[in-house]
Order: sequence, then C-alpha cells, then structure tokens
Amino acid sequence: MIKKNLLRSAAAAPHIVWSVLFIVFPLLFVAYFAFTDGAGAFTLENITSLGEHTQTFVLSIALSIIATFICFLIGYPLAYIITTAPESHQKFYMLLLMLPMWTNLLIRTYSMMAIMDDGGLINNILAALDWGQIHLIGTKGAVVFGMVYDFLPYMVLPIYTVMSKIDRRLLEAARDLGCSPVQVLLKVIVPLSMSGVISGITMVFVPSISTFYISQKLGGGTFELLGDTIERQFQNEATYNVGAAIALVMMVLILISLAVMNRFGDDDEGGVVL
Amino acid sequence: MKRIIELQNISKAFDGETVLDNISLEIYDGEFITLLGPSGCGKTTTLRLIGGFETADEGNVYFKGKRINDVPAHKRHVNTVFQKYALFPHLNVFENIAFSLRLQKVEKKEIISRVKEILEMVSLKGFEHKNVTLLSGGQQQRVAIARALISHPKVLLLDEPLGALDLKLRKDMQNELKNIQKQTGITFIYVTHDQEEALSMSDRVVVMSDGRIQQIGTPTDIYNEPVNAFVADFIGESNIVDGVMPEDQKVRFAGHTFECVDSGFAPGEAVDVVVRPEDVDVVSPEKGHLKGTVTAVTFKGVHYEIIVDIGGFKWMIQSTDYAAEGDHIGLFIEPEAIHIMKKSEYSGLYGDYSSFSDELEELSDADSVEED
Repeated sequence: MIKKNLLRSAAAAPHIVWSVLFIVFPLLFVAYFAFTDGAGAFTLENITSLGEHTQTFVLSIALSIIATFICFLIGYPLAYIITTAPESHQKFYMLLLMLPMWTNLLIRTYSMMAIMDDGGLINNILAALDWGQIHLIGTKGAVVFGMVYDFLPYMVLPIYTVMSKIDRRLLEAARDLGCSPVQVLLKVIVPLSMSGVISGITMVFVPSISTFYISQKLGGGTFELLGDTIERQFQNEATYNVGAAIALVMMVLILISLAVMNRFGDDDEGGVVL
Repeated sequence: MKRIIELQNISKAFDGETVLDNISLEIYDGEFITLLGPSGCGKTTTLRLIGGFETADEGNVYFKGKRINDVPAHKRHVNTVFQKYALFPHLNVFENIAFSLRLQKVEKKEIISRVKEILEMVSLKGFEHKNVTLLSGGQQQRVAIARALISHPKVLLLDEPLGALDLKLRKDMQNELKNIQKQTGITFIYVTHDQEEALSMSDRVVVMSDGRIQQIGTPTDIYNEPVNAFVADFIGESNIVDGVMPEDQKVRFAGHTFECVDSGFAPGEAVDVVVRPEDVDVVSPEKGHLKGTVTAVTFKGVHYEIIVDIGGFKWMIQSTDYAAEGDHIGLFIEPEAIHIMKKSEYSGLYGDYSSFSDELEELSDADSVEED
C-alpha cells in the first residue's frame, strides 16, 4: 500500500514541478513586482496609480462582455442544432468547428485584417458591386468580431459536451407531460445545460479580456485594451511594476467574476472550469 | 365496456427490420392490460406508439374513437412512467410532480394541495423538497408514478417500471400499483417481460412475440388455454409434446391414448399437447399412464422439481412427493390436465426439458432486461 502511494506521488511529481515552476512562481513574481518599486522596496503606488487606466479597464470589460454575449447567441443554438443531428454526423460538425483552431491565432487575425482592410476583400467586393465602401478595420466592431471569430469554438465545445450528455428520455418525459418543443427547450434543455454555458462564458471572456493581439491588429492602434497596456508597460523596464499591477488587478477581477459565475451554476456536474 | 384506445393493423419497421407486424388491439376504459413478451417482441414499440413517441408505418391509432396518428405526444391525454424513471435532475420532488400542472397554469394553491395528496398516495409524504437524484430506486419510481398521475390522464403507460428494482421491492410495488389503478380507475397499459408480474397484476394479458400478438386473454385463460407452444412455454412451465387426436376428447401421445376435454379437431389431426408440471401426479409405475426414469431432482421449497425421461423426452414434474434420481416412477395425468393446441410455427421449439437448467433460464432473463 505504501509502495503504491509512493509510486503515485512519484507519478504526480512532474506535474507538481511543472505547476510550481511555470504557474506558482510566475504568479508570485507578478505579485512581487506589483507591490514593489524599481528598487525593490514595498509600495502601493503601482496599484493606486491604476486610476489613470480606468478607461482601458472599462473598454476592455465592455468589449469582452459584448464578444462573449455574441458568442453565446451564436454558440448556444449551434451546439443545440449539433446535438439534434444524427450521432455519426455530430463528430463531423464538431471537427468543422474546431478546424480553424488548427491555424495559428496570429495567421487567422492577419487574414481577418486582409479581409476587413479598407482595400481588403469585403471592400473590394462592395466596390465591384458599386455599393460604396465601409470602414471596418480600426473600429471596435472589428475587434469584437475578431474576438467572436477566434473564441467561438470555446463557447460551443463545453455547451455541446453538456448538452449531448442530457438523457434523451428526459426530453421524452417532458413532451409526455405536455411540453411543446419550445417548452422542452426552455424547461429542460436550458436548465440542464447551464453548467456548459457558464464554462463557455468563462472560456470566451477570459481570453477576450486579456487579448492584445486582436486589438492591435484589428483595432489598428486607435485604442488600447488591457492586454495592450500590459504589453506596453512590460516593454519598458521602468514601468514593469505598473504592468504587473494591472495584470494582478485583472486577474483578481477575473477570479471574482468566475466565483460569481460558479455560484450561478450551482451544479456539481462536469463542464465547469475552476 | 367502453373502448378507450384502439390499434388497427399497425405495422412498424426500423431500418427495414419489422418490429410490429399487423397488430390490432382494443383497450377498454379502466382496465389493467399488460403487454408481455421477450425482448424484441415489439411491446415497448407498441407502448411508444400509443404515447406518441413513434409513428406507425401502417395502420391507425384511435383514442376514444378519434384517430390520433398525427397528434404529438404533448397533446395526448396519455402519460408515461419511463423505464428508468426519467426524473428531471434539476428539479426537486415537488417540482417534478408539479411539472405538468405548471404547464397547464394551474393555480398555485391547487398545485400544492394536489401534490400533497398524490405524495400521500405513493407513500412519500414529506419528500417535497428532496433532491430526486438522492432518492433510492423505489422512491424515484414513486415520484415518476406521481408525476405521471397528477394531471389525471385517461391512460397511464408503464414501460417495465419495476425492472430496476430488487425482487422484494418489486413485489411490494406490484401490489401498490394495482391498488393505485383500482383507486384512480385510470386505464393502465403495462409492459413487462416478467410473466409472473403480468399474471398477478393484469385484468388482461397480451402475449407478444416476433412483432405479432400471439394471444389476448385474462391471466387464467392465458395460463390454462395457451393457443400455441410459444405462449405455453413463455407463461409458466410446460411440457409440450407431439400428439394426435384420433377423435374428439381423445389424444394419443408418448405411446398412450388419453382421455381429454378438448374437441373440434379433424380426426387424426397432429396437435401440440401441453401438460403443466404441477398437474402431473407421481404414482407407482404400474398405476401410471406413463413410466419413466428420474434423471434429476431439485428441491424448490414448496415442491420438488423432478425431471423424468419418458422414451427420450424429458418431462418436468412438480410434486410434493420425493423421488430419487434413478427411480422408476409412473405418471398419472387427468383429462382436465391435458390441453390441446393447434400446430403452429412454434411447434417443436419449446417444452422439452432435456437441456433445462435454472442457470440458463436466469441468463436469458437477465438478457432481456438489458436489451429492452
């Protein structure tokens, strides 16, 4: 028995070493930098100075919420439609959904630039049809579009997983007891897939709020999101500590919202991150 | 009696495989009717057709004289107790039971009093706020029954509702279900592969096999007057031997001509003869109609189960008298104990106990629970 336990801990060792080296230490470093000045002395100045970034915080949160909401609006029905398809087709549809993720995020974002540019694909088509031009690149809409496009699979996947596990007999039972098809959806499928929705929202919201690449490329540098601000602070050695402070505050905000979400989930079954 | 449901020449196939083959059945208001048969006989499909979860390829389903083939499940006055209960895990006991009332926008006060009343009927008083996933199988079953009954359906469909319960609990629930049916006067359509359950609960039993109805009748009729070898074998134990009817009320089998009570066969017609194991008397060899050697004896509590070899055919006898393996014994069969059946496609397939063993029997039972 003791031997077995030893073996088990030995097997877990690489994971623990990995976690400590690459997750715990970096987090401690972030916290350390956030609460020290350039000389290494303790200070709260970094945190208190964050007031000047309020606008960035608000904009980042707003755009991420909008992107997450759109992902939900598209992702939920999509996941539902996939679960109603014959089982043999479902894998294929999920593959189609995952396919773009095999391409690097960078390349995908660049191609979106090419599509939305003033001289890009969309405007070329519009020009050819003589329908005038629209300015897409550099707008907040373009950034939200990029977030939705890049992170949609993260919304669909957990919802699909939870939904496909719902016992079909429950749906029959609901129909039997007098539910119209719409009522089956509202009274059984929606409440039973909430844990997937919460995972999906988390998995889209977190990368959306911390992205810097999408906003730089599709936002065209006209405005800044939190990710960009952090990146800019870290590129300059003098503002390292401010960058760390922003990162820390953002992390705390995300953790708080996750905790709130999980409370809403009120569910011990799979699908929930954290 | 008033007809409440009628199935007319129903056929149904899944992926080209026939599941129901021209089934016609009338179900009367207020009766307890059981669809009985082995797995794959089409009994569950028949139930689902009535519930509105399947549509017939051919034929019609009538409810109180109205054709309901195209009426969706949620608009039928029929509720179902599902095989594994299918309770909503996100709702507590109260909300599960109140589900259909809430859909009908019944007043809150009335919902509360009706749920309370029905919980008492299924002996779950005080369980309102329990989480359904934490209940035992028997309790979940009661919630499922309460949920299906609360909106006073005209017909309750029960799909092997006791299949997942252990034996003791099953017996108790059988009695309770029967009581609930009597109390409420609702028509029960019950599906099971357990013949004992079917016989003890039903007003009428419908024996099914291979997508066809083999026999419809009261439990006594089905047991005493099976129409063919399949029914005789499926309901209880039976010795089924080849025989010939030389004239009315005479049948010759196992080398002996017996008096019997059946008539109406052509002179010299080949028939299947059924003799139930409990209807055979064990006597001394010289007093018996038939003589044979005991090849196996099993003590069953109430009686001994004795396998007797008579001219190569193994008979099963249930007797309170003991006979040892190797004994020569005589068998005495009274005219009333002999039941004559017309030859059918099932002739010769059943009723010989040469390869009989309890273990096999149990194995095949377990199979049918799994599959259906």
